Amino acid sequence: MNGKTKASPHLRSKINTSGIMLVVILALMPATGFGIYNFGLNVLYLILVTVGTAVVTEYVTGLILKRAVTIDDYSAVVTGLLLALSLPPDTPLWLGAVGGMFAIVIVKMLFGGLGQNIMNPAMAARSFLFISFTPLLNYRNPALEGESPSLLDMLVKNTSGVIGETSMLAIILGAAFLIILGVIDLKIPGAYIISFFAFIVMFTGSFSPDYLASYLTGSLVFAAFFIATDYVTRPISARNQILYGILLGFLTAQFSLRGYGFEGIAFAVIIGNLIVPLLNKMGTGTRND
Amino acid sequence: MMTLKTFIGGINPRNNKEMAKTTPIEIVLPGKELVYPLAGKYGTPAKAIVKVGDKVFAGQKIGRADGFFSVPVHASVSGIVRGIKKRAIFTGEQVKSIIIENDGLYDEIDYPSPIPLAEMANPDIINRIQDAGIIGMSGSGHPTHIKLSPQNPDKISHIIINGAECEPYITNDHHLMLSEPDRLIGGLKVLLKLFPYARGVIAIADDKTDCIDLLREKTVKEARISIKILKNKYPQGSGRQLISAVTGRFTSTAITAEAVGVILLNIDTVINIQRTVLTNKNLTSRIVTVAGNAIKGPRSFCVRLGTSYDTLIEAAGGYIKKPEQIISGGPMMGNALKETDIPVTKLSTAILLLTKDEVLKSNQTACINCLKCVSVCPERLLPQQLAVFAKHDDKASFIKHAGKECLECGCCSYICPAKLDLTEAIKSMKLPLMS
Repeated sequence: MNGKTKASPHLRSKINTSGIMLVVILALMPATGFGIYNFGLNVLYLILVTVGTAVVTEYVTGLILKRAVTIDDYSAVVTGLLLALSLPPDTPLWLGAVGGMFAIVIVKMLFGGLGQNIMNPAMAARSFLFISFTPLLNYRNPALEGESPSLLDMLVKNTSGVIGETSMLAIILGAAFLIILGVIDLKIPGAYIISFFAFIVMFTGSFSPDYLASYLTGSLVFAAFFIATDYVTRPISARNQILYGILLGFLTAQFSLRGYGFEGIAFAVIIGNLIVPLLNKMGTGTRND
Repeated sequence: MMTLKTFIGGINPRNNKEMAKTTPIEIVLPGKELVYPLAGKYGTPAKAIVKVGDKVFAGQKIGRADGFFSVPVHASVSGIVRGIKKRAIFTGEQVKSIIIENDGLYDEIDYPSPIPLAEMANPDIINRIQDAGIIGMSGSGHPTHIKLSPQNPDKISHIIINGAECEPYITNDHHLMLSEPDRLIGGLKVLLKLFPYARGVIAIADDKTDCIDLLREKTVKEARISIKILKNKYPQGSGRQLISAVTGRFTSTAITAEAVGVILLNIDTVINIQRTVLTNKNLTSRIVTVAGNAIKGPRSFCVRLGTSYDTLIEAAGGYIKKPEQIISGGPMMGNALKETDIPVTKLSTAILLLTKDEVLKSNQTACINCLKCVSVCPERLLPQQLAVFAKHDDKASFIKHAGKECLECGCCSYICPAKLDLTEAIKSMKLPLMS
């Protein structure tokens, strides 16, 4: 027996951080697979570039900043993958690399690395690319050129021109996987989607199902289940998570009604992220009830 | 099947109770030297009333209670007092103890013949319980006579007997419910005499179906006693969680069990109450589970207080693997031991000899705010926040976030995928604030 005694508890569960990240990566596979199937091999190359850049950048930054190298937790893979899935399919590969580096260096590592970033790295990088390289990002959806979307299209290849957000079915499949495994729950996504539609009705005064359905995009569902639920950038208490979902619903509705499509969602998430520390300081955040 | 009583949160660790459950309780005799610490977990330490060289008998009082908030100490063997000096106990502290050399005869004192229960006045029963040295036998260590002396005994509506035994590995109460059901019910009847408006509830976790069946059968005709089935989950046996599961009443650091009309006692404690009130005997032994993958023959032992842990480890067949961690008590809340030549006390529920595979030690990583700690916290606290406040010595935020309500149950550290020592951090800030 060694000299030092450990404090209780003396048993630990088997779950670890890299395990959770691997589950998230698995949950993103339906959307990834459908993106590749739908848009071709260039999408696979883009994914490899963003993921590869994110991982290599994290490794190198870790060395430069003299921090423990943490690429084996797969969090950089998740960031790179989320970024690729939120870009248009014909994004130049070098631009994907720029995004991957921005996400890791500026948004993650400079704030202190894993668990310390105040914005979702993938969303911040997506917005950075949108603002800085607008002409290079082409949000048309080649799969749907000239067609008006049917219900089937909505489920399988929606109007979104972003790789991971085209098939709502693929997104929901992945989300269901995360919910069943207990990685995420319905508080934030539920509050987000329900309040989004409530605000659309409130602001437009229209109850027309066809009109509302036009807002039910893969982007919204993807953001609700995979982006808004991001561990690091969400509030802590149950009540604050619901408030956060409502806040995202409000912001997304505002951006949507002002003509922003996919980017409106990224902006809404970033603004929401920045308000999270304030939410955590409120009285609704002192205990989980 | 009625609905299971439980609470929100908690965990389901590998419970590993099979090890010690299958073998019946075995009596083990002590070695040459027995050690009796004069201080318990709570209250004023007892005062030694013997001196070096004195001849003592098993059951003889060797330390007297120093006031109401104190319990006496009794010899568990016959022999000679060899010293009164500081000795290490399971917490690692050095505690003033009486040391007795066992003469191997086990001669008992002559206990006075018991008075029939019906003729005993309530204060006499409570005095007897104090005089016998009875404390909470679950490891809580609360002096039982204090628990049984509420401001207004008529306001007590529930006597709850805790048969949850939710700590992994430990099988003491399981064995006792099966082997001593009549004493258990007898002890509960003593309590029901003390509290005429209370009903007795034996609350048992649903993994102990044999105990549930047996005690249901034995209490079927008892109008004031009922059996409640609890979900087997950790920490179902924690006072607040158990009281809320059985009565729906809320307790906290500010609202005691007594304030909501509940007295909560452990299985072994109630059995000891029966023994002492009906036979006049003093508390001189207890049940200890010895388990873990490092030990050859895990089982529950009935052992005289003061016996060395080493004697029990030997009686269980010794080590078959190198123990990574030796624990006194349960794996969730017990104390890690530096040495095993320490005495069995009334607080020694178990000795666990765990291998590397059992403790699953791994490297710490950064908190990713997964909030698993929040979802398992039985007190609905935000453990990862509290740990940050503790790290920054931010007492005001710690108190505002109800850090003082922490049960120290260990669920947050158990579940943490980043393997952070959340419970330890929270305890480090809570304990100074509580005293």
